[in-house]
Amino acid sequence: MQKKKLATVWLGGCSGCHMSLLDIDERILELAKLADIVKCPVVDGKELPEVDITLVEGSVTSDEHLHEIKHIRKQSKILVALGDCAVTTNITGMRNYFPLQEVFDTAYRNAVSNDHSGEVPNHPALLRLHDKVVPLQEVVIVDFVIPGCPPNADIIFYVLNELLNDRQPNLASVKKLKYG
Amino acid sequence: MDSTDNRKILISPVTRIEGHAKITIQLDEAGKVTDALFHVNEFRGFEKFCEGRMYTEMPVITPRICGICPVSHTVSSVKACEMIEGIEPALTGDMLRRLIHLGQNISSHALSFFHLSAPDFLLGYDSDPATRNILGIAEKFPDIALRGIRLRKFGQEISERITGKKIHTSGIVPGGMTFPLTTANRKALLDWIPEAMETARMGIDIIKRFQDEHSEMVNSFATSPTHYLGTVGAHGVHEIYDGKLRFVDMDGNILQDQLDPASYLEFIAERSVNWSYLTYPYYKPLGIENGIYRVGPLARLNVASRMKTPAAQKEFERFRKINDGKPVHGSFYFHYARLIEALASVEEIHLLLQDNRIISNNIRTHGHWNQSEGIGSSEAPRGTLFHHYITDKTGKLQKVNLLIATGQNNPSMNRSITDVAKQYVDGNDIKEGMLNRVESVIRCYDPCLSCSTHAMGQMPMKIEVLDVSGKIVSELVRS
Ligand code: SF4
Repeated sequence: MQKKKLATVWLGGCSGCHMSLLDIDERILELAKLADIVKCPVVDGKELPEVDITLVEGSVTSDEHLHEIKHIRKQSKILVALGDCAVTTNITGMRNYFPLQEVFDTAYRNAVSNDHSGEVPNHPALLRLHDKVVPLQEVVIVDFVIPGCPPNADIIFYVLNELLNDRQPNLASVKKLKYG
Repeated sequence: MDSTDNRKILISPVTRIEGHAKITIQLDEAGKVTDALFHVNEFRGFEKFCEGRMYTEMPVITPRICGICPVSHTVSSVKACEMIEGIEPALTGDMLRRLIHLGQNISSHALSFFHLSAPDFLLGYDSDPATRNILGIAEKFPDIALRGIRLRKFGQEISERITGKKIHTSGIVPGGMTFPLTTANRKALLDWIPEAMETARMGIDIIKRFQDEHSEMVNSFATSPTHYLGTVGAHGVHEIYDGKLRFVDMDGNILQDQLDPASYLEFIAERSVNWSYLTYPYYKPLGIENGIYRVGPLARLNVASRMKTPAAQKEFERFRKINDGKPVHGSFYFHYARLIEALASVEEIHLLLQDNRIISNNIRTHGHWNQSEGIGSSEAPRGTLFHHYITDKTGKLQKVNLLIATGQNNPSMNRSITDVAKQYVDGNDIKEGMLNRVESVIRCYDPCLSCSTHAMGQMPMKIEVLDVSGKIVSELVRS
């Protein structure tokens, strides 16, 4: 079988899902036999080529994320939403209950450690955050979801191993599958 | 490299670092580097959206700031909750928390060294980017890669064996722990100690060999001096879980000692700037001009009077000789400091596991809301972390302030990047390896952008670069 191409991308999340991926520990060497990891926060690939599978951690929080996830969709045969932030927005979506301006003011104007001698970030060239954080499937078609905050490493390994061997993973068969 | 015109190099995204970031290097007409920018690219807004929730939810919400140092957030959070409740943690609960926190320190440091940085040292800065990673190490030096992976695993395993989860555990609570350590798990962890010790020593050997062979680069690598902040125990002993704070200046004089973390507002302030979502924390008594300080492994070894355990102490003495007993400023030495801490953490874990009180069931004290304000602090792998909660009488949060390690290193990180860019990048001759060197200065700091960006946000498009005294020496606007 030809070696597959695997990518992992981190959008609006805490990196915990990627850490859980690393928690497959020595088994990463098994995966490396099945696939080249062409893009991942821990390797040096910079452009996303066409890939067989992309795991995406985190929600879509800004224009840059939106652009990125659409590009990922185009480049990936199978797009996997990895973890609760990607699937439901989870903690990352908790700011949706507040107007963005208030969230900013709390961080830059009203923080108790703020010395009140600075300015609130307002440069016109700054990237725009979206008012609402959304999960991946709201903006692209997602082929597979792995819930969990983060998903257990054994589940991530199982899903990857199945997909890389051209089998359809059966999440009903795994232990420790849950949101949160 | 994403785009190049003859004025600007954009490296995006910076890879092999734990977070989202971009760097812009500014060249002048002649193609010489005039400046470099460190862009952080996310904003999550925890301080706002926690308002209105019960303070007791914070130990579960705040670890989601960061998947690499979730335990430090939980620990700072439960300490803040304990201050609100006016309670002390149960003895064994406190020991178990320390154990898990030390485990996280090991896994984070192992990740930083073996997965993210060692590819540069073992395969070379100029080696093929496609294999310049942990899998590339696995091909050439399988034993080292496997040991590195297993050292990280050891750290993670401690949390797994106590709470049943490696990341974002739920067993660490105000008053202590909800899960004890079983005898079987204690034994399994004890059995792992010799291997972990050996791997930590192996890492130290690798970094020392690299330092010896590249001493010129190492000693000229982002060496601008700063002040330092770190937690210390009694008599200034190195400490990462619980203690008082010490500031030392760039010559090693103690500025302030045995500070109560709960009084952090007296000595740290931060300034927000209109061109960046990244605030600039500084040492308040010296002001923003002169008060640049660093936190993290290098800072902790620079502030400590000694280490707790014998093997780490031996290495610490060598470390302190680098600059004749004065603070070591070279950013490259973050790696060495990190590995000494990894060794220290394995030794301390060994001591804790040998103590019979560790398997007691005295794991939790119970409390309830007692006063409106709570402040908790711990040393995250990347430096001093503060959680500050203000509640109403029902325990609902009215205000939350989080001061994160990487944020505190930000002013100095920016400066280090500029130093290195000037040294290594020549616009007329742009090689991949040079760009990687610029990124590698960021990896020295091992920045946890996930953490820092909860409150900092997107790409700063315009940055003022400060000199040693904190004076603005240059300014950049992204056009
Ligand atoms: S799902 Fe949980 S672990 Fe994953 S990115 Fe979100 S908060 Fe982090």
